[in-house]
Amino acid sequence: MTNDLARWQFATTSIYHFLFVPVTIGLAFLVAVLQSAWHRNGKPEYRRLTRFFGTLLLINVAVGVVTGLVQEFEFGMNWSSYSRFVGDVFGGPLAMEGLAAFFLESTFLGLWVFGWERLPKRVHLACIWLVAIGSMLSALFIMAANSWMQHPVGYTLNHAGQPQLNNIGALFTNPTFLWGYVHVLLASLVTGSLVMLAVSAWYLRKRQEVETFRHSASLSLAVLIPTIVLALFVGSELGVVEAKYQPMKIAAAEAQWSTCQPCSFSLFQIGGGNNDQTPSQIIEVPHVLSLLATNSWNGQVIGLNQLQAEYSAKYGPGNYVPDVFIQYWSMRVMAYLAALVLLFALWGAWLLHRGKLEHSKWFLRISVWAVLTPFLMNTAGWMLTENGRQPWIVQGLMKTANANSPSVSSTDIWISLLVFVAIYAALGAADLALMLRYSRKGLAEEDGTGGEARTSAEGGGAMPALTY
Amino acid sequence: MHLHTVWFVIIAVVWVGFFVLEGFDFGVGVLHTIVGKTETGRRVALNTIGPFWDGNEVWLVVAGAGMFAAFPAWYATMFSALYLALLLILMALIARGVAFEFRGKSENPRWRNTWTWSTTLGSLFIPLLLGVGLGDLLVGLPVNSSHDYTGNFFDLLTPYGLWTGLTILGLCLLHGSTFLMLKTTDDVRRRARAASRPLGWIAVALVLGFVIWTRVVVGHTQVPGPVEVLALIAVIFAARLARSDHHEGLAFAASATAIAATIGSIFIDLYPNVMVSSTSTAFNLTVNNAASGSYALTVMTVVAVVCFPVVLIYQGWSFHVFRARVQAPPEQPEQPSTSAAS
Repeated sequence: MTNDLARWQFATTSIYHFLFVPVTIGLAFLVAVLQSAWHRNGKPEYRRLTRFFGTLLLINVAVGVVTGLVQEFEFGMNWSSYSRFVGDVFGGPLAMEGLAAFFLESTFLGLWVFGWERLPKRVHLACIWLVAIGSMLSALFIMAANSWMQHPVGYTLNHAGQPQLNNIGALFTNPTFLWGYVHVLLASLVTGSLVMLAVSAWYLRKRQEVETFRHSASLSLAVLIPTIVLALFVGSELGVVEAKYQPMKIAAAEAQWSTCQPCSFSLFQIGGGNNDQTPSQIIEVPHVLSLLATNSWNGQVIGLNQLQAEYSAKYGPGNYVPDVFIQYWSMRVMAYLAALVLLFALWGAWLLHRGKLEHSKWFLRISVWAVLTPFLMNTAGWMLTENGRQPWIVQGLMKTANANSPSVSSTDIWISLLVFVAIYAALGAADLALMLRYSRKGLAEEDGTGGEARTSAEGGGAMPALTY
Repeated sequence: MHLHTVWFVIIAVVWVGFFVLEGFDFGVGVLHTIVGKTETGRRVALNTIGPFWDGNEVWLVVAGAGMFAAFPAWYATMFSALYLALLLILMALIARGVAFEFRGKSENPRWRNTWTWSTTLGSLFIPLLLGVGLGDLLVGLPVNSSHDYTGNFFDLLTPYGLWTGLTILGLCLLHGSTFLMLKTTDDVRRRARAASRPLGWIAVALVLGFVIWTRVVVGHTQVPGPVEVLALIAVIFAARLARSDHHEGLAFAASATAIAATIGSIFIDLYPNVMVSSTSTAFNLTVNNAASGSYALTVMTVVAVVCFPVVLIYQGWSFHVFRARVQAPPEQPEQPSTSAAS
């Protein structure tokens, strides 16, 4: 009971946190590109776009940062047994994240926000790039830590049976990490570009500032097309890696109870969540699962029943099969939406090529709503990854059931769960209200020369306008 | 020096750095309605910490993550013991963190008022509660042989812990007022100076009480250590210097020293324990029984040695860039951050 509550609380807060993280990573990169464009060509519309999307970025960063603090504390609060057991290995990347990434991101964000009229242009541009790099580095360390939970490497067990780090390099060359990290970066760029596209499309459809928002729409499509293609490719390679190290995860994602060779891919089925259930309405495509899970036409995928028997023999009696329903559907929500986004992006590319982007009413209308897809895909992706690891908290080393804090009661967790849900709901409402308000408020009027002229017009040492 | 001890020192230094830096922005957060009687005055006060607070807060993240990496048992026991207290701290951190960013983004008075309160209460409760937590490490909490906390929420509110919390809060307020004196002009600066007078003497009284009480808690010697004496001297200097506007830089340096010495003294008195068990001294968490293995500590030491100097350089540079006093532009005193589209 306490353990389930701790899981609910952690899942709720981390899913919520990850709504904001990819927007931050993606938009920081895109804003840096916009500012670089302004730096090169000096056109005032790029400066206006930089400031406009910069404001949207900042609203998201605020929520991303504070919800990230919760995650950092929760390992110790909710999962003290886990923290004590794995801190030797797992704590390292978290501390590195603070030292090497979070300091960088936060300090240079402050410099960027307040430095518009104070820093030389080139230095100011470097600040936003350092913010973008900082946010990507931050994800790097977090993914190294998370990947270790999926596929622990670089450790030995000490006399007390606790993992102790003995090869830090292994954490950063872990195949689960390499593929997983790139996948997260690509997903973040997809998210950022779909957010930018949605806002730009809204203006294009209202025929406001068409010249300006055509630039941001083109940029977002230029980023979206390669990143969605690569995200699909890298995601499927990640599946192959996981099929090797966490076969349960992939078998459950396919509701594959018995071993098969070659294996068909189930496009759609109802039921089959339990072993004794016969799924109905199956649409299958021959050989595709073999291809996806093993990269070979006739590859073998070991079924859940056989894996369960192997695990029971190896680790003792228990249920080692993750929730098949969640696995099956989170996999499909993620992959099917990604395929739709890919088609949509290609449509956009074609329109762009023909110079018709701002005239296609339907494309613009769909663009606005397409902003929901990355959030669904990201959440589904994490459900697939984290639920698929169950019942383990660290694959093969520690079970989630043994990981929570013995000193924390279910009442404590109920309180924290309700408090977080209430605060996060309020934050979400405030964030959404501000995002919509600033998205609709339009571009700020600019003098076009970018600050310097304005400062000198006010007389040498005049103070810039208050930022906060 | 053994790596355990090196890491204990690093973590102590990070906590010191956190309070020296974020201490003044906690103070500014609480005082911004007191020094700013107009909306412009409040915004000026908040803008003094605008470029810094987020970077300052990372010191707390690094303190927590550093404890996790170097002393997993300490992190695990302390964070699960302080469960509900940390929940309150997180609520305050959330409320305050988004308040800075959200407040200026709408002119609606109710909206602004909400975030003003978030800022004030958040900035008040975070140093108070963190101070309670740090005091508890030294005075001891009921922790059993398997290093699990056996008390409830109210057992966290030890009298000594509460006094430590009040002391740290008092120092943050003084530190905030000396920072505001240094960074503002005219009316806001005058009000900051007026506020620093009572705040100075309250802080002196709190630190004096803290030093005496700590002697009682620690027990084995009745003579305060040099760092505690330094804290006392520094806070007296800060209180005296804050009364005039000719020594603002020195007053700020003194309040920074007072806060650094106070936090530092807690860790000095704590060593070699990292968390005292009030159940039995045999169950104390120490630098030995709570630490990670030597390989992990070596790796982390290398990372810290490489990263910290770089962080200090760019954070220092950021303070240099924004060294000017903050004041509202005369033409448009109520101009919001992003000018409205026409």
